[in-house]
Amino acid sequence: MALDLARWQFAIVTVFHFFFVPMTIGLAFLVAVMQTLALVRKDETWDRLSRFFGRIFLISLAVGVVTGIVLEFEFGLNWSAFSIFVGNIFGAPLAIEGLLAFFLESTFIGLWIFGRERLSPRLHLATIWLVSIGTILSAFFILAANAWMQHPVGYTVEGGQAVLTNFWAVLANSTLWASFLHTVLAALATGGALVLGISVWRVRAAPDDPERAAFRRATAFAAALVLVTVVLTAIAGDFQARLLDVQQPMKMAAAEALYNTQNGASFSLLTIGNLSGQPVFQIRVPHLLSLIADMSWNGQVVGINQMQAAEAAKYGAGNYAPVLWLTYWSFRAMVGAGILMIAVSAWGVWLWWRKQLGAGRWFRRAALAGIVLPIIANASGWIFTEAGRQPWIVYGLMQTAKGVSTVGAGDVALTTAAFVVVYTTLAVLAVVLVLRAARHPFDEIGVPPDDTDTTPATGLVY
Amino acid sequence: MATYTGLSALWFSLIGLLWAGYFFLEGFDFGVGMVSPLVSRDDTDRRLCMNAVGPVWDGNEVWLLVAGGATFAAFPLWYGLLFQGAYLALFLVLLALIARGVSFEFRGKFDDPRWRRVWDVANFAGSLVAALIWGVAFTNFVHGLPLSAAGYTGGLIGLLNPLALVGGLAALAVFAFHGAVFLSLKTSGELMQRAQRVARMAGGAAVILLAATVVAVAAGGRPWQTLAGALPGTVPLVLGVLAVAALATAALLVIRGRDGLAFAGTGAAILLTMGAIFGAMWPAVIPASNGASLALTVGAAASHPYTLEVMTVVAAIFTPLVLLYQGWTYWVFRRRLQRPAAVAAPAPGAGGG
Repeated sequence: MALDLARWQFAIVTVFHFFFVPMTIGLAFLVAVMQTLALVRKDETWDRLSRFFGRIFLISLAVGVVTGIVLEFEFGLNWSAFSIFVGNIFGAPLAIEGLLAFFLESTFIGLWIFGRERLSPRLHLATIWLVSIGTILSAFFILAANAWMQHPVGYTVEGGQAVLTNFWAVLANSTLWASFLHTVLAALATGGALVLGISVWRVRAAPDDPERAAFRRATAFAAALVLVTVVLTAIAGDFQARLLDVQQPMKMAAAEALYNTQNGASFSLLTIGNLSGQPVFQIRVPHLLSLIADMSWNGQVVGINQMQAAEAAKYGAGNYAPVLWLTYWSFRAMVGAGILMIAVSAWGVWLWWRKQLGAGRWFRRAALAGIVLPIIANASGWIFTEAGRQPWIVYGLMQTAKGVSTVGAGDVALTTAAFVVVYTTLAVLAVVLVLRAARHPFDEIGVPPDDTDTTPATGLVY
Repeated sequence: MATYTGLSALWFSLIGLLWAGYFFLEGFDFGVGMVSPLVSRDDTDRRLCMNAVGPVWDGNEVWLLVAGGATFAAFPLWYGLLFQGAYLALFLVLLALIARGVSFEFRGKFDDPRWRRVWDVANFAGSLVAALIWGVAFTNFVHGLPLSAAGYTGGLIGLLNPLALVGGLAALAVFAFHGAVFLSLKTSGELMQRAQRVARMAGGAAVILLAATVVAVAAGGRPWQTLAGALPGTVPLVLGVLAVAALATAALLVIRGRDGLAFAGTGAAILLTMGAIFGAMWPAVIPASNGASLALTVGAAASHPYTLEVMTVVAAIFTPLVLLYQGWTYWVFRRRLQRPAAVAAPAPGAGGG
């Protein structure tokens, strides 16, 4: 009971945190690019756009930061045995994340928010770039810790603890670099999709309104960025799939609910019925799974039954398959959302090419709805990654059931319920505030009347 | 296993420094949050209070995250056993930090008195609850917890013993004092004068409560004192007495209007208190009140030397850099805040704008 609740709590607090993390990483980068364009080209439109999206970025950042504090302690709270087992290795990147990334991000965000009038334009621009670098460094180090759980390297097990033997091996872990590229590119796409959706929506302004030209520019910029980053995300994901085939073949098989080893395995786009091999209806693409996993037409993909037998022989009797409906559908949700993002952004680029951007109502609707696509893809991707590793918490070394704290079920239930209430409130507030910021009159941004309270004389911003 | 090694001793000290830095810095953030209702006459005053720590609070809070991360990496058993043991207490701190964390960004987003009221309360309550629980927690640590082989299992109620509550109130008063002095240095006009008045009141209370805590903890004795390497009881006691002396000096300086020096005094008192706490705990990371052998020691909790070496190299390279740029932030924002001439409401959505 306490174990199930602890799993639910961890799932809730991480997935919720991760609604905001990619958005923040993406928007920090996009705002930094906009502010750079404003400075280099001495362009007031880019300046206003950077301020406009800067407000939205700060809302996302605020919720991301406070929910991130919880995660720094969540391992000790609910996963004490896990923490003790992995601390030697897992703790190091976490501590380094704090020292290198969190300090950078949090200090320079203060300078960026409050320093607009106090720092030279170049220095002020540098602060947002340092924030962006901080968010990306943060992703690297936390993924280093996660990649080690997926594919442990550079360690030995000594006295009931995993002990670090080679720190460079942990940082050079192939799993880390593949997931770092995949995650950061997806984060840029997430920020891009938000800028795209809001910009298209704002392009509706009257033709003679300067706002229209500004947001058309932002739309084209965001559509191109989303298209490029989602395609690159998919390429990085393909690379990850090939690593999975070698490092975690059970997860690969579970992504497809492939029960028995096959050569030239097909990939099912959709299954109706159950996943146990007798589906009522499905659409399959021949050979695609072999291509994804092995890069060859008739490559062998190991099935769940074979992996189960192999793992049982290696680790002793037990169930070594993850929850299949979850891995199967989360994988499809991720890939499907990615494909739709490519479609929407390609449509945007095409309209821009035809100089028809902003004219169509249907594109406007698609782009607006497109804001949620990366959010779905990010969450389902992580659900797939983490659920697909089960029953392991550290692949091959420790099972999730063994990693839990000794805290009573009542306490875990209480805190989980409280997190659900608090986080739901935060989500509602964040959405309301983002909607409000997205409607902010464009001509009021960055002009003196808006900033009477933020002049150096008062020092007030909040 | 040996009680400790050189590297584990270094990391114990560094974690102590991280907590000391955290309480020095976020201590005044908490204090400003707590005294804001006392010093503010209107919305603009409350807004000024929040902006006084606006550019720096986030960076200050990272000291806590790094302390947590460093504990995880350097002493996995300390991290694992302490947080599951102090489960609900830490949970309450986290909720408090969430509430006050978002209050900064959210408060100015709607031009509506009730909306602002909500975030003023969130900032106040978040600061108060976090400060109180940190005080309770560290008083328990330095006094020792009743431990079994599974660590501490006494729950939240066990932590809320009378001694720890006095320690919690001491933390409240010390941070309120520290924050009021900080506010005196960062504001101007009537708000500054009211902050000075509150600082004078909080100063007296802080001195009495901290002194009471030091005396009560010292009287409690330390069963883990028999562990190899433990410092004689006089060392933490002297540090504790010095902390009270620094605080008393600060209280006197505030009365004489020497706010800058007083801030050095409240800061020194916080650093010395943390020195006393970690000095008293050493070489235990979770001291036991019920027998020396039950304490979790630095040596037993420490990571393998290689992890500590890696961490030492990384810390040696990057800590000076962090201190440099964080220090620079305080230099950039060294000026006092001015009350806006026209008491205009904050622009909705201000922030980064």
